[in-house]
Amino acid sequence: MSFLPHGMAFRQALHRLAGKPLSTLLSALVVAIALTLPALSYVLIDNLASLANGVTGKPEISVFLKKEVTAEKAQAMENRLRADKRIVAIRFIGRDTALKQLAARGGFADVTGALSENPLPDAFILEPGGEDPKVFEAIRTSLTAMPEVLHVQLDSAWVERLHAAVELGRWVALLLAALLGTALIIVTFNTIRLQILTQRHEITVSLLLGATRAFVRRPFLYFGLLQGLLGGVLAWGMVQGLVLLIAPRVQALARAYNIVVDLAGPSVWQGLALLVFAAVLGWLGAGLSVRRHLHDGAVD
Amino acid sequence: MIRFEHVSKRYDGGHEALANVSLEIRHGELLVLAGHSGAGKSTLIKLIAGLEKPTAGKVWVSGQDVGSLRQNQLPYLRRSLGLVMQEHRLLTDRTVYDNVMLPLLVTGYPPRDAAKRVRVALEKVGMGTFEKAMPLTLSGGEQHRVAIARAIVNRPSVLIADEPTAHLDPAYAREIAALFRSFHAAGVTILLATHDDTLFSPYGARRIELAKGRLLA
Ligand SMILES: Nc1ncnc2c1ncn2[C@@H]1O[C@H](COP(=O)(O)OP(=O)(O)OP(=O)(O)O)[C@@H](O)[C@H]1O
Ligand SMILES: [Mg+2]
Repeated sequence: MSFLPHGMAFRQALHRLAGKPLSTLLSALVVAIALTLPALSYVLIDNLASLANGVTGKPEISVFLKKEVTAEKAQAMENRLRADKRIVAIRFIGRDTALKQLAARGGFADVTGALSENPLPDAFILEPGGEDPKVFEAIRTSLTAMPEVLHVQLDSAWVERLHAAVELGRWVALLLAALLGTALIIVTFNTIRLQILTQRHEITVSLLLGATRAFVRRPFLYFGLLQGLLGGVLAWGMVQGLVLLIAPRVQALARAYNIVVDLAGPSVWQGLALLVFAAVLGWLGAGLSVRRHLHDGAVD
Repeated sequence: MIRFEHVSKRYDGGHEALANVSLEIRHGELLVLAGHSGAGKSTLIKLIAGLEKPTAGKVWVSGQDVGSLRQNQLPYLRRSLGLVMQEHRLLTDRTVYDNVMLPLLVTGYPPRDAAKRVRVALEKVGMGTFEKAMPLTLSGGEQHRVAIARAIVNRPSVLIADEPTAHLDPAYAREIAALFRSFHAAGVTILLATHDDTLFSPYGARRIELAKGRLLA
């Protein structure tokens, strides 16, 4: 089998695209907009994920003790905790120390001064070893079960929440991609349907003169592929542009939280993946359309 | 070469267009198929080209049972036939040259030799100087000749034409008839469906006639 018919079909498809620049551009824009939303979400989620990965350092576990726990009992508990191999470091912060620390923080002096009684509990600050969230969770459970303990707070909780949010965001991006990918297929399906209608006569004559169905099909498939590809290129540019547009705003917001964020656009690989995705969906939409519309009475 | 064995054709919801037709067209023959309008002439041609399937019986072309050919085998059957359909079906948005090029294009003929073949075919039908013309600017007779050039450009061993002289004034009709005569002289098997079979009687053509779908003895 020679490549000649493929080259010819490819040129024919290019010719059709170039022959109607305005409608080509419009279709490609529709495809691009359909692709931009999921692609942009994906890129933003990706940025959030790398941010979340950057802050998974050392979590702290704060253990607040009940008021009735005496100093001896607290000491006994500290000894027990030191024996626990999952815990790397322990710091005891007595309720008085805690109050002084609070008072030292700007703005709280008046409040603490006005209190007749210290409302703060004794506390331990633990530093667990490793980075396994399951281990942290296990430590928290065993601590909570101890009779002396009032409340346990895992300081890495917000990091976990961030990770969960990223996970959710990924799902949403995927869902959007599926939804708008379907839209892309439908757009191509319809474009090709109209083309087949306007070229019905040429198709009929070609089949009459001995063209195979594959031969007739091919230019439409290439058309779908090229239109998808063009839409993909536009979408890549749009995502890049939107990232540049929102980056300064995100940075301003991040600075308010003392975080340094460098918003990155899609990587080359992500861009290429986008192009492949767009091209494959275009091809698919064209294929479905051709399968559906070339059957009904193309010849007589 | 072409053989009909008790062939009947009934269109969906219609009456019988062909009823129990048996005939044989031999290699190198010039056969004229006569018959009134609606007799089934076009139907017979469509069965040969695999554009329709027989309801009963078998149609054999070059040893192949056309009715049982699969969709992907039909193109190769059609390439061995030169077809001039009743409506000449030129592509109106392409030049005469491109129209005649089409059969070579769809069969993947090498482009360099193709150009030469197109010119030869156009010369044969006397349209050599109309290469760049658009079909709609041509007269009916000229369009017919382009359609014939398109049918012979693949050098088929069988040439089948449906009403090639219909709607032509007598002078044009005689011209076209002479053209088929010359192809026949060159050894091509020819089947012509026509109302006007007197045109071909001087050429010693065999004549068969259909009436209401039946072959008259
Ligand atoms: N696609 C079709 N569907 C239903 N009936 C058809 C179809 N094509 C032809 N017929 C019918 O079959 C019969 C034979 O038609 P056909 O076209 O073969 O006749 P014909 O001899 O070629 O006539 P003409 O000389 O007018 O071209 C006619 O009654 C016609 O109405
Ligand atoms: Mg007819």
